[in-house]
Amino acid sequence: MFRNIKTVGTKMIGGLLGWTESRSGAIGFVQPILTHRVPRDAKWWYVFGSASLMFFSIQVVTGILLATMYAPSAAEAYSSLQYIDQQVPFGWMLRALHAWSSNAMILMVVIHMSQVFLHASFKFPRELMWMVGVLLLFCTLALAFTGQIMRWDQDAYWGLGIGAAIVDRVPVLGNQMRNVMLGGPYIGGATLSRFFALHVFVLPGLTIALIGAHMALILKNGISEMPKPGMVVDPKTYVEEYEERIKKTGVAFMPDAAQRDMVFCGLMLIIVGFLAWYLGPVGPNGIPNPTIIDANPRPDYAFLWIFTAMALMPPQIETAVLLIAPPIVVMLLLGLPLISNRGERAPSRRPGAVLAYVLIATALGTLTWLGVVSAWSPVMDAWTSLPTPVKYLVGRTPLEMQGALVIQHSQCRNCHSLGGEGGLRGPNLDNVGSRKSWDQLVRQVQQGGGNMPAYGKNLSSAETTAVVAFMTTLRNAGAPESTIPGAMERQSSPDQAPKAVAIDAGK
Amino acid sequence: MSCDCSNTPSNQPPPPSARRGFMLKFGIGLMGIGGAIASIPIIGYAITPALKKYKNSWIDLGGTADFPEGETRLGKFTNPNASPTDGESAEQAVWVRSYKPAQFQVFAVNCAHLGCPVKWFQQSKLFMCPCHGGVYYEDGSHASGPPPRGLFEYKWKIVDGRLLIDAGRLPGLEQTV
Repeated sequence: MFRNIKTVGTKMIGGLLGWTESRSGAIGFVQPILTHRVPRDAKWWYVFGSASLMFFSIQVVTGILLATMYAPSAAEAYSSLQYIDQQVPFGWMLRALHAWSSNAMILMVVIHMSQVFLHASFKFPRELMWMVGVLLLFCTLALAFTGQIMRWDQDAYWGLGIGAAIVDRVPVLGNQMRNVMLGGPYIGGATLSRFFALHVFVLPGLTIALIGAHMALILKNGISEMPKPGMVVDPKTYVEEYEERIKKTGVAFMPDAAQRDMVFCGLMLIIVGFLAWYLGPVGPNGIPNPTIIDANPRPDYAFLWIFTAMALMPPQIETAVLLIAPPIVVMLLLGLPLISNRGERAPSRRPGAVLAYVLIATALGTLTWLGVVSAWSPVMDAWTSLPTPVKYLVGRTPLEMQGALVIQHSQCRNCHSLGGEGGLRGPNLDNVGSRKSWDQLVRQVQQGGGNMPAYGKNLSSAETTAVVAFMTTLRNAGAPESTIPGAMERQSSPDQAPKAVAIDAGK
Repeated sequence: MSCDCSNTPSNQPPPPSARRGFMLKFGIGLMGIGGAIASIPIIGYAITPALKKYKNSWIDLGGTADFPEGETRLGKFTNPNASPTDGESAEQAVWVRSYKPAQFQVFAVNCAHLGCPVKWFQQSKLFMCPCHGGVYYEDGSHASGPPPRGLFEYKWKIVDGRLLIDAGRLPGLEQTV
């Protein structure tokens, strides 16, 4: 009886499948795609493209769901995000997934690209696959930037301000381009609406089309093999030889390669799901009200390296670099397979490429890390929030104590640290008394220099004396007070060095 | 249904006729004209912000007594170019410095480097930027850090004891305020 039902059931499903297949040809269409042959040695190095695609799918699903609750209006975006976070069941988790899966997607895309570059998989006949991939990288970053705007918080508002200031530097058309970007002469409702349109319509549509092209090119050209030293790409013979090898030793994508993709993607999904649950949604940070001056805007991780570059570049070359570097980077990335499309693929035979990769990766990593620390930014509330270390107050004269007060009160610690706390823009003051003499300190405070503003007009001479008196007491245990002559004396002969001591004694 | 069409000679593709070639060209031409007409509003809509001349307007910041001599205070106003969906982003701020009786300097809060909001510190008489560490003196001149110039200044005037500034656009290097 049971057996009979099973047989009937199987027959019915089989019949349904046959009926659908005869009218749609769906299985016939999908099967060759799923079972296309891939190299036997395409193993764990090849999972990152699939992982990028999986995270993009997560973005599409969570993004559509978020769009059902998010209000893309500058007047309501912020409160709608808080509503999603606090009132909508699973709302916070969806926002967290969308944010962390976006970071994961960027990471996967970057690893995927690194692998393709290091293994030279972009060489003949896969040049177009690389170029489409580069466009997908730009789409991914553009989605990340526009997504950061969707949070419509202070980071979004001032991030747009930075973008606008950069576009504004374009000669002649800069201001017009900026107004097109902002949807008007300032950052407001029109700005959020157009970034919303970019984020949910234009960029995802473009990305899906490019993913389609990327896939079609995979099916046309096949997955590249693991590079072996001595196995040279020659456009004349490559396709024939590759197809021969694949016919002999290749395996079906489903299940031989797909199983590895699934293991890795499943693992990544669990990790990102856990991160999202544990870390929660990103932002929204402060209310995007431009009259709140206490903002401390920071870009998301993917853009921190640009933030750093803008701080560390010499100001004279800044505009030129901003306008010239991006097109050069785009041309180099897109043009790479045209510059080099034949020859060795193994990293061991391409030391130049490996060196270039290591340099670029180190530079981007370092710039990102520097951006996290952002030592060039004054700590805006250091002067009110940090205590003066007690050890720097014990046994000081009233004048020196007054100096400690002036240092605190005059926001010196926004840029200078004491006892490991405070800004990092200027040198820390813990041992400044043994580095600089009395008159050097007076000169530095009054005239500034080396990135320090001149305080000559802002401090009375009594305050300056007090500050300097305090600073000369800031010395490491056992370190003597600096007797290096000041700028005035530096001209004179060395035998006059004791003069500094004399000035010191006369304080 | 009884017609066995596959065997009839008329199943062969007909030779390209002059009329067919004309039809194709005519179709392409019509599509081109239609597309050109349709693209006028489409492109116009998309690049309106580049074509429109956005004007500043004189905006009331408050009575001159709100900005006492020797102090630098935050002045707030609603953007005269505001649109209905702006919400709080229509609210704008400027730093107002009164250095002599009835003499003012009105600075944009946007750093001349990349537009982050600078903050005034009364004690050290400095404006500091939280992004890349630009610092300005009390008169708005550049003190240190990456900004290529001093703070942007708004035009101001006093009408009936009220301080008015000419504002509405986001300041930038190309079109300062």
